[in-house]
Amino acid sequence: MALTGVEIFKLLPKTNCKKCGFPTCLAFAMKLAQRQASLDACPDVSEEAKKILGEASAPPIRPITFGTGDKAVKMGEETVLFRHEKKFVNPTVFALEIKDTEADDVIEAKINDVVTSEINRVGQLLRVDSICITNESGDAGKFAALAEKVAQKAPDVPVIVATESPEAAEAAIKPFSGKNAILYGVTDANADKMVEIAKANKAIVGAKADGLEALSALTEKIKSTGVEDIVMDSGARKASELLEHNTYIRRAALKKSFKPLGYPVINFVQRDDSMFEALIAGLGVTKYASIVVLSSAEKWKNLALFTLRQNIYTDPQVPMQVEQKIYKIGEPTPDSPLIITTNFSLTYFIVSGEVENAKVPAYLAVMDCEGLSVLTAWAAGKFTGSKIANFIKESGIENEINHRELIIPGYVAILSGAIEEKLEGWKVTVGPREANALPAFLRSRAA
Amino acid sequence: MAFVAPKETFAGKVFPVTIGTENEQTFGGENTLPFHAFEGEVPNRPLIAYEIQDVPPEDWPETVRKVYDAVGDDPVKWAKFCQDELKAKAIALRLIGTHPDNKDLSADDAAKTVSDVLGAVNVPLIILGSNHVEKDSEVLVKVAEVAKGKNCVIGKAQEANYKTIAAAAMANGHKLIAMSELDINLSKQLNILITQMGFEKERLITDPMCSALGYGLEYTYSVMERIRLAALAQNDPVMQPPMMADVGMYVWKIKETQASEETLPEWGGLEERAIMWEAMTASSLMLSGAEFLVMRHPKAVELVERFVDELMG
Ligand code: SF4
Repeated sequence: MALTGVEIFKLLPKTNCKKCGFPTCLAFAMKLAQRQASLDACPDVSEEAKKILGEASAPPIRPITFGTGDKAVKMGEETVLFRHEKKFVNPTVFALEIKDTEADDVIEAKINDVVTSEINRVGQLLRVDSICITNESGDAGKFAALAEKVAQKAPDVPVIVATESPEAAEAAIKPFSGKNAILYGVTDANADKMVEIAKANKAIVGAKADGLEALSALTEKIKSTGVEDIVMDSGARKASELLEHNTYIRRAALKKSFKPLGYPVINFVQRDDSMFEALIAGLGVTKYASIVVLSSAEKWKNLALFTLRQNIYTDPQVPMQVEQKIYKIGEPTPDSPLIITTNFSLTYFIVSGEVENAKVPAYLAVMDCEGLSVLTAWAAGKFTGSKIANFIKESGIENEINHRELIIPGYVAILSGAIEEKLEGWKVTVGPREANALPAFLRSRAA
Repeated sequence: MAFVAPKETFAGKVFPVTIGTENEQTFGGENTLPFHAFEGEVPNRPLIAYEIQDVPPEDWPETVRKVYDAVGDDPVKWAKFCQDELKAKAIALRLIGTHPDNKDLSADDAAKTVSDVLGAVNVPLIILGSNHVEKDSEVLVKVAEVAKGKNCVIGKAQEANYKTIAAAAMANGHKLIAMSELDINLSKQLNILITQMGFEKERLITDPMCSALGYGLEYTYSVMERIRLAALAQNDPVMQPPMMADVGMYVWKIKETQASEETLPEWGGLEERAIMWEAMTASSLMLSGAEFLVMRHPKAVELVERFVDELMG
């Protein structure tokens, strides 16, 4: 748990020598408590104090990097239970499971699904981040062959090696040695051997137990061998258990500073029905899983899961507004239509999406109305004829287009006259009220 | 260090709301976060109502419209189909045809549709306006009278028209949806205004405004979480009505439920994608606190009911 300024002060030399740059030890302690100073600034602090302060200032959920290179992903480091309090930090990792009992063509297709899963959504590149190979056969040779194939065809993808057999683990982890893979399947029964294999290959330890008490005991046991990087499976598989365990783990780590559960969580959500599996995966995304293991990665399912992850992990502090400017949709020419709306981010998303839908290149003038929607902004006097006229004039759009026609939202048809009065030489056209009528509207004009 | 489950219990509780007469349905009533039966009481499942309209679903995308091809031309047939074939637990009749930009049907037209539908089905009925502030106050007042004594849900009352609609719901023994736009303070304010008229808060349903996955879902999600925490942790009675998510309407107008796989191959099959979108929006909002949902596609409803089974089982 974070220490208070006074608690920190008790650990300092109390000489007020000022070498840290602060007038007193107490002033320095206060800054440390607010995380605005670093302990390194005091040259005289004791080793014991360093150790206590170091442990206390460690993040309650350990940050871990899974994989290496461009495709490495960060996990852990979360600070809150509810996203409105503060941004959720490291987005859930999606892992596709491949079993060593699956047919060769299925294996190849799945590897390909992962490698080609990347899509761009509102400016972010999103993908299935990882592959989880599972030793379903119980045969070490088969498992090693699968590992080789994955290492070859998906060379940079972070990998989870899932088995409870040290022999199979030893055989399959080799191609991922030194690559921050996860060796999952470390239980109370096999921990001694498995931890050695993980250490020898610089792998993260994937601890598996039945229930939270057993899991806490297991992570402590693993930690006592000197291992720091652990991901945890509580054995939860049903939705009700996933919610209960994930919630208790997050709370125990954040609110009780319970170190044995202060690690990222891995959820296995495989189901026979892929759509249903996606909903359980969604539970993992919203409720605190750092890794979700899936049995299939169809494109439609990826899109839904990527979008949910993106939504849940956006920064809630960022106001619901977009920047005031003239956005280009498609590749507009000087003859393309000019449409105006307000800068409420939902309004912007919906209108720009519909204009895109229409496949008619256009200019979208987004006016700063303090993040209000069209009707609200109009009612509040922020979306008025003269303000619109000023915005259009100052935007410089007149130099980019040949025409002088402005399309306004149907809800504010009443503004037509006022705009034309203030914006000399311009013609105002009233567009549809709802954005979903825009494609038909734009297409019929373009025809 | 031994693990002790960090249970949290709350002083506050969500009001249970019961609707209908013959096949009553109850939702809400929990004293804990959504589906947290491991530390509190979750006496009722969320209720999903099937959405139907007073006019044919011409603007619904193909994937969902085709389900209702044989019945969409008649609200009575449509309602019976939902009740008898799809086993709907409740039906939400949206009077979208009354909107001036739609067919501009009159309040009398709407009243007839409502009484016909009420005569044909025995599951609870939710009666929704077209979201046109002035027209709704006219239409909903009339239909509330026609449905008197049927313990329906009437909605939606907004800041600009709550007085007439709340009065009509009160006089005719209905529950009422209070909707505001994605802001916990506006929600609270509207609930206060309505209860100040003498409308019991135990008969209210809060609609903090839905958004679809990818189109602002996170705003609805977080407003719901904040409202629920206000109800439970702060024990604020004005924030204790159950919450509604009007999922179908928001999901079935966006690109992800309409664009074909030919135009956007990287998005995968349209049928699965569209159904997935409705189901995922609904399941996520249930996790943030929605107890009453309005949905369109039977396959999406089935998925979400299964999700609830696993969460409550
Ligand atoms: S340098 Fe250390 S001992 Fe000196 S004033 Fe700062 S905290 Fe105190």
